[in-house]
Amino acid sequence: MTSAQQASSEIDTSLIPTLNTMFRMQWEKAQDCYVLLYPEGMVKLNGAAGEILAQVDGQRSVADIIAVLQAKFPDAEGIDGDILHFLGEAREQLWITL
Amino acid sequence: MSNSGSPCNAQPSLGSVPQHGQPLWLLAELTYKCPLQCPYCANPLDFANRTEELTTQQWLDVFAQARELGAAQLGFSGGEPLVRQDLVELIGGARELGYYTNLITSGVGLNERKIGDFHDAGLDHIQVSFQAADPEVNNMLAGSGKAFRQKLAMAKEVKAQGYPMVLNFVTHRHNIDQIDRIIELCVELQADYVELATCQYYGWAYENRNDLLPTRAQLERAERITNEYRDRLAKEGNPIKIIFVTPDYYEERPKGCMNGWGQVFLTITPDGTALPCHSARMLPIEFPNVREQSIEQIWNQSNGFNHFRGYEWMKEPCASCDEKEKDFGGCRCQAFMMTGDANNTDPVCSKSPHHDLILNARQAAESAEHTEPVFRNERNSRVFCKG
Repeated sequence: MTSAQQASSEIDTSLIPTLNTMFRMQWEKAQDCYVLLYPEGMVKLNGAAGEILAQVDGQRSVADIIAVLQAKFPDAEGIDGDILHFLGEAREQLWITL
Repeated sequence: MSNSGSPCNAQPSLGSVPQHGQPLWLLAELTYKCPLQCPYCANPLDFANRTEELTTQQWLDVFAQARELGAAQLGFSGGEPLVRQDLVELIGGARELGYYTNLITSGVGLNERKIGDFHDAGLDHIQVSFQAADPEVNNMLAGSGKAFRQKLAMAKEVKAQGYPMVLNFVTHRHNIDQIDRIIELCVELQADYVELATCQYYGWAYENRNDLLPTRAQLERAERITNEYRDRLAKEGNPIKIIFVTPDYYEERPKGCMNGWGQVFLTITPDGTALPCHSARMLPIEFPNVREQSIEQIWNQSNGFNHFRGYEWMKEPCASCDEKEKDFGGCRCQAFMMTGDANNTDPVCSKSPHHDLILNARQAAESAEHTEPVFRNERNSRVFCKG
């Protein structure tokens, strides 16, 4: 079990994640993906990571985010586990506070 | 990746997809004017002869064009970018285009009001450069008596106004032994990132190399202490990130300079000359100007940017080297400065027939006595202008 998986198992779904002030997220047309921009650097997010982080708006709780994405991707099985896992990883990377 | 079909010699044709990368990083050197006189400045030695500057509108146009080509990071640099009176307007324009905007400043000329105005205009990040952790060395190197106190005050203000903050220390033989104090100062100032960037020997720094290059023992000590601090701070849960850059003079393989020529970086100098790196102006190559060509033409089609793309230009030992796709033969400017031929292997490489130049520099560092550095100022620049 990685530390990110351990971290994700502890996530309280009523909490509201926020993007850390160090980062700015936006859609980059030239990259055809969401990116995280930070001082002198850029992280390209893969499709799933981008979809999840795009829901982190400082308003929605983890449970809300799961609900929104389940509605958006009804065919994706076990999506809640993936979301929790990714949010755990994003917290570990200090992209978000949760 | 093969040696054939290098974009270097390809004839540009409409609709062709370039094989090189996008200019993700745009460095806007707004001016060569600067109140400090750091002897390791990377600006050209003859900057005093280059007084022309792009207008506000020309800069905004450059930002828009580069953004279209994929540029996402924009650095406002110089000289000292604060000297430009239109900085707020340039920041606002860049932010509106979607750039992540970085102000790279000495902090001299900054004040609380400006920090606030820049924030309102959309500035994302301020990097403050320090010369050393104590006022005496800092001021000696910056050639200014008040610089250190001003920098401290501004670093605190940058943080207080909610910006992410990168502190940059250019390390060299006069300050590298204070690395513990430098790191402690950064922790105290609550920096998010610390760049302990070893001096790169270009421009003024090359002229002052004997006075700046640390010894191997100094370097190893500094790296060990930095690693100790990293471990300790991580254990304390401090999120500060410390980046330690060793000088390539103590490496056996060259750096993959700029991630490859014309692959990621685009520098625009104060007068609009476009360069693949901020030192490239020294090379005997004609570089395009944004007043004459579009950024798209410059990036994809100009001879200057295509010059060292691919591997066709390489000489031995690079041409047949199995590491050429990793380091691209190293730095073209370093090869040119030290060997007189920009196509040569970077002398940092132990396979280079000119590697003794690096070995000699290391040797000289062991015995170097303190000499007065040549400060980067107009008076000294005019000496270089005359040649």
